[in-house]
Amino acid sequence: MASKVIQALYNDDDVLMHAVKKVRAEHHHIEEVYTPFPVHGLDKAMGLEDTRIAITSFMYGCLGLTVAIVMMNYIMIEDWPQDIGGKPSFSYLENMPAFVPIMFEMTVFFAAHLMVITFYLRSRMWPFKKAENPDVRTTDDHFLMEVGVGDNEKELTALLWETGAVEINVTEKES
Amino acid sequence: MYTFSNRLKIGSFIAMAVGFICLATGFLSAPSTVEEAKAIVASAHDDHHGGGHTEEASHGDDNAHVAEAAHGEEHDASHDEHLLHQLKNRPWAALYVAAFFFFMISLGVLAFYAIQRAAQAGWSPMLFRVMEGITAYLVPGGIIVFVILVLSVMHVNHMFVWMDADVVAHDKLLQGKAGYLNPTFFLVRAAIFLGGWIFYRQLSRKLSLAQDESDDNSNFVKNFRWSAGFLVFYLISESMMSWDWIMSLDPHWFSTLFGWYVFASMFVSGITVIAIITIYLKSKGYLENVNDSHIHDLAKFMFAISIFWTYLWFSQFMLIWYANIPEEVTYYVARFQDYKLPFFGMLAMNFIFPLLVLMNSDYKRVNWFVIMAGIVVLFGHYLDVFNMVMPATVGDQWHIGIPEIGGILFFGGLFVFWVFNTLTKAPLQPKRNPFIEESRQFHY
Repeated sequence: MASKVIQALYNDDDVLMHAVKKVRAEHHHIEEVYTPFPVHGLDKAMGLEDTRIAITSFMYGCLGLTVAIVMMNYIMIEDWPQDIGGKPSFSYLENMPAFVPIMFEMTVFFAAHLMVITFYLRSRMWPFKKAENPDVRTTDDHFLMEVGVGDNEKELTALLWETGAVEINVTEKES
Repeated sequence: MYTFSNRLKIGSFIAMAVGFICLATGFLSAPSTVEEAKAIVASAHDDHHGGGHTEEASHGDDNAHVAEAAHGEEHDASHDEHLLHQLKNRPWAALYVAAFFFFMISLGVLAFYAIQRAAQAGWSPMLFRVMEGITAYLVPGGIIVFVILVLSVMHVNHMFVWMDADVVAHDKLLQGKAGYLNPTFFLVRAAIFLGGWIFYRQLSRKLSLAQDESDDNSNFVKNFRWSAGFLVFYLISESMMSWDWIMSLDPHWFSTLFGWYVFASMFVSGITVIAIITIYLKSKGYLENVNDSHIHDLAKFMFAISIFWTYLWFSQFMLIWYANIPEEVTYYVARFQDYKLPFFGMLAMNFIFPLLVLMNSDYKRVNWFVIMAGIVVLFGHYLDVFNMVMPATVGDQWHIGIPEIGGILFFGGLFVFWVFNTLTKAPLQPKRNPFIEESRQFHY
């Protein structure tokens, strides 16, 4: 379904922040904001929910720790408990200090990599993905706010001009 | 200006008085003869195992037989002598652990303070007066530790074996170390370290207060330079202090990262105390410009340095465990055999607990959460010092009883009294620090 959106361009992040607050105060729905760099506090101003990626990372870390423990317990203690240089391979606990470096690294490895992959999946990023960029200038020095339009196009345009936009376009957007 | 609340003042006096009585009890009940020492151990055994167990009796007999058969009377006598020394050491070691623990908190805070100044941190100037208050304890705390060391050198106690000329005469290893470990040089070093730390503390405090009154930033710049210089002196002197005051309790043992390990312990306890006192003062309405983000930053430091401490603890332990060289590993054998609970309990309190409790970003902003975590961390690091000092001084005769608790109460009371008394001496918020506005508006 094609929907009509209004795209307002700004050339300063402070102006953008004020515009976002104002548009939200007037109860218009901001579809998306494109910026060339992270703007501090933009997510709060837009009312976006907090990310839960740290929680997933913690769980992946627990998974990595479990994998390391199960793996080394099987290999070093259960499957073939050899005497290697007098290390006590009678139980996992007795030989644990020797396993800690691996347990640590596996925890970090799982936590880091799976979290990054989660991030890619969740934000739909992969090689050969078609860039979703409404205006090339937003990667350089312009900020773009996209607001959904119903039948209030005139009113919204006036409001956006008022917030200090430098350019306003109304386009059809495939979704 | 902060006014010392009466309840806190009376509380600190009561803690000091009770602690003093407990310590005195500890000293009075320490045995002075071999017979008394044996009686104490025997009664302790009865208490623990309920007396008339037959297996107990037979065990005792067995041990006695083996000892007699193998070594005869002489060994028994030297064993009893050893036991007497350990029991005599107990109140001294309890005093020393507590004295050192509270002293090391203020030294850790001093290091943190100097780092904040040298790094020109923008968030922390709001907390400088709190830190200066805590480091004020460096003066009485340092002098008390120094006096204990002087008493050790004067053979009032037997905590440091290498101070005993008889022992050194029969010990090749100690003779080899005598160039460094000799009483005169030991005290000279201690005096230099303490003098340097106290000098920086007093000077920095003076410059910090002068900065409030002046109309340019020259005092601030001077303080920055002194802090950077102090950090160089501190890293060297702290490391040597840990060899002198703690590692030399086990003079046959050595570890290269011991200085860092002691540093991590004092650093994390110091930061924890900053957080606790800041939260306390804020709850009383004295630090209105300190916000949750400051607490959050302190809690992040508590979390990170707890892990740093664990990293050093494990690095020291694992290298020695792995190579298992007899001359090094005895250190841990003594702790594994006789100190299981404090040794592993400390690991849970200093690592697992802060790791799980302080990992969540939101929890680090919840004041009572930080206080609870801080109390556990502080007890954990008391146990850490306990584990470093006790095995070398009292061996398997350790117990957390009246003298130990008395030590904590006495020095805790003195610490609280001295710190909060200093906090009343100057406004709690610096006026003219160049970063004060950034710190006031700090948010994370």
